[in-house]
Order: sequence, then C-alpha cells, then structure tokens
Amino acid sequence: MTTHEQFADDLALYALGSLAGETAADLDAHLEECAACRQELARLQGDMALLALSASGPAPPQRARQRLLKAIGHEPRSPRAILVRRRWWTLAPVFASLVLAIFAILLWRENARYRDRIEALKSDAAQNQATLEEAKHLLVLLTDPSAKHVTLVAAQSKPQPAGKAIYMAGNGALVFMASNLAQLAPQKTYELWLVPMRGNRPLPAGMFKPDRDGNAMVMMPPMSPGVEASTFAVTIEPEGGSATPTMPMVLVGS
Amino acid sequence: MSTVGLQPGSADAALIARIRSGEQDAMAELYDRYSSLVYSVALRVLTDTGAAEDVLQEVFMQLWRHPASFDARRGSLGPWLAVIARHRAIDALRKRRPQTDLEDVVIAIESDLEGAAERARAAETVRASLRAMPAKQRAALEMAFFQGMTHTEIAAETGEPLGTIKTRIRTALEALRRALNAGSPRPRLASNT
Repeated sequence: MTTHEQFADDLALYALGSLAGETAADLDAHLEECAACRQELARLQGDMALLALSASGPAPPQRARQRLLKAIGHEPRSPRAILVRRRWWTLAPVFASLVLAIFAILLWRENARYRDRIEALKSDAAQNQATLEEAKHLLVLLTDPSAKHVTLVAAQSKPQPAGKAIYMAGNGALVFMASNLAQLAPQKTYELWLVPMRGNRPLPAGMFKPDRDGNAMVMMPPMSPGVEASTFAVTIEPEGGSATPTMPMVLVGS
Repeated sequence: MSTVGLQPGSADAALIARIRSGEQDAMAELYDRYSSLVYSVALRVLTDTGAAEDVLQEVFMQLWRHPASFDARRGSLGPWLAVIARHRAIDALRKRRPQTDLEDVVIAIESDLEGAAERARAAETVRASLRAMPAKQRAALEMAFFQGMTHTEIAAETGEPLGTIKTRIRTALEALRRALNAGSPRPRLASNT
C-alpha cells in the first residue's frame, strides 16, 4: 500500500490540525476510503508524538499533583457502582413514565366505562321519565274529579250497579272502579273485600263512597303482596268499616 | 505496517486496566509516570506555567473520566498523551473549544517508549534531528507544531508561498521519522494493521 502522493502534503498538515475548510473535508472523505492514507496519518501522529517528546522541560509543581488527586477524589468512579447508580437514575424516570402511562390507560378505560354507564343510565332515565309521564297522565285521568266517567251498558237496558277490580297478586296492587251505585244512608260506607284463594276469611280492601253520579274508585289500597284472590265483593258497612263483611253483597265477582 | 501498542503484560496496560475499574492509586501512578511529559508539551506551547497546569489537569481528568477513550490498539500511552497534550494546549492557546476527539487520535510509532529511558533517548534523537534541519524547515515545523499556526498563517508570517510551507513541513516530519527509525534501539513490534 502506498500513500496517495497528491494527499501527502495535506496529510501532514491534517495531522497538525492546520488544515481547514474544503481541503480538510476532501481529505476526510478520502481517509474514509483509503486505508493507506489512514496508516500514513497514524504514522504522522507518531512523528508528532516524538516531536512532543522533544519538549522536555521542568516537572510540574507538586501542587498540580495534589490538585489532580483532589479532583479525582471528588469524582470517585467505581465502574460497577456508577453503572448501577446510573441505571437507577436513568431508568427511574422511564419506570415512572411507564407507571404513569399504565395508570393513564387504566384511568382512561375506567373513564370510558363510566361514560358508557352514564349513557345507559341517561337512556334508562329518559325511558323511565316517559313511562312516568304516561302513568301520571293515566293517574290524573282516573282521579281527577273533572274527568267525565261514562258506563256503557247494553242499549235499552237499565243501568245496573257494576264494578271492575284490577288486581296483581304478585305486588298486591289493586284498582277498583264502580258505577251506578246507589247513594248511601248517612253513617254508612261501601267496603270492598278480597276473598283469598286459600282460606275463606275475606280481607278488607278499602272503603269508598260514590259521587253524585254513582261512580266510585279505590286506588291502590294497602294490601299484602302474594295473596291470590278468588273473589272480590262489595258490601255496605257502618262508617269506619268492619272486620268481616256484613251481608248482603252489593257486588260480587270471581 | 507494524507499530508498538501496549503489550498485555506491560506496566501501562496494567495501570489503564486499574484506572478503568476506578482505582485512584493507579491514576496517581500514571500521573507520576507521564505528568512531566504532558506538562512539558503544554508549557512549550503555552509558555505559561498556570495555563500549562490547567492543560495537565484537563488531560489527566479526561483520562480518569473516560479511560475507554484510550485504546491500546491505537498506540502506546506515552505518545498518545503527548499528542493529546499538544492538541489541548493549542486549543487553550487559541482559546477555542477542543478540536480533536480523543478517540480520533491513532498513533503508529515504531519505537517502544514505555520506559522513561527510552523516551529520553527518543527525545534526544528528535532534538538532534531538529538541530540538523535547515533553519527554515525547523521553523515551519515548530510554528505548526508548537504554536498551532496554520500553513496559511506561516506563509503569511514568513512571506513564503503556501506550497513551499506545505512541502517544508512534510519534509521536516519525514526527516524526523528517518532519524528516529535509524536510531531506534529496540523496535518492539506489535501487529497493528
């Protein structure tokens, strides 16, 4: 291998750090590719080292040694310790970020779950609201004194007292509507009875008095849930009601 | 080409290994072995003892902080420290940031300079070679090496053409190498291709 002659002068200047600008850049690029010139550069550095050796002079003062050893003492360097400590310090923020990231993802997921839940609840609430509005209207219709109640019977027949009980045994909900009832004597009241499927003792299911038109209603009297009904009946009782029905029955239905 | 690197069993190799594992005593030993060399180079360039001490401190602290920056395959420790000291001293003289990366300094040298006696002998050979050079050649080399002047600055100062300065510096370095190779008492060659 021989050095490229055209670079020989520049290599010497390059080793001395005296080459700059474009020439230095060109030589840099050439050195990347040319092993012979790299070798020559290393030799030139060797020459410079020998040149430096020729500069022998006085030894440095003692204080320079103390200064160095003090500085080294301030920068103790146990490779293993530094490695471990550095890893610790370097990795701590990484761990922290990781934990935060995981935490953030968990929070985000929980947040998303809650958002879904809220949406579902909102939708339920809207539905409930609609049902409630409907029920309210129904209730107003049934209970408002200004509502007109008309009982339809077969044409050309005389209206008879009649009643309709709507009952759900599961929750004990009961609505009773009657029409064409005869007016009561003073100190008397109509009383509705529920005759259970098991055991024949009738249970009181509310007292009522008809309006001027003979219409009356019992809405949701306090009943025990779970009692299957076989028969409903209406009797006339003294004001305040009775423990057992007083015969005869005004209305009865099974 | 063959050059001298640190032999595995050499005193320098053992010191560097101990420095790498953080032994402060090893650093003190290394300092005792090479501080005069580093300081002399810095003082020759800077001609100021305080500034030379700063360079001395900087060079050894760098080795302490980055012992891996010295790679025995790239040359032996003494010449490497001398070249680093010269570069850092020129940087200080020119009041600029360090221009040379420690890892970039690769030294091929055909003499064993680990012992103080070998170094003294080599230094004497170099001085004799410099004395034997034509004055202008020596001046150009010393301006470039010890004063850190660029060839353009030397050409401007001496009034010589640029090409002449370039050739003069290269010829001076070649003369130096010839003298060293001829006078090398005991070339210990480690393969380094």
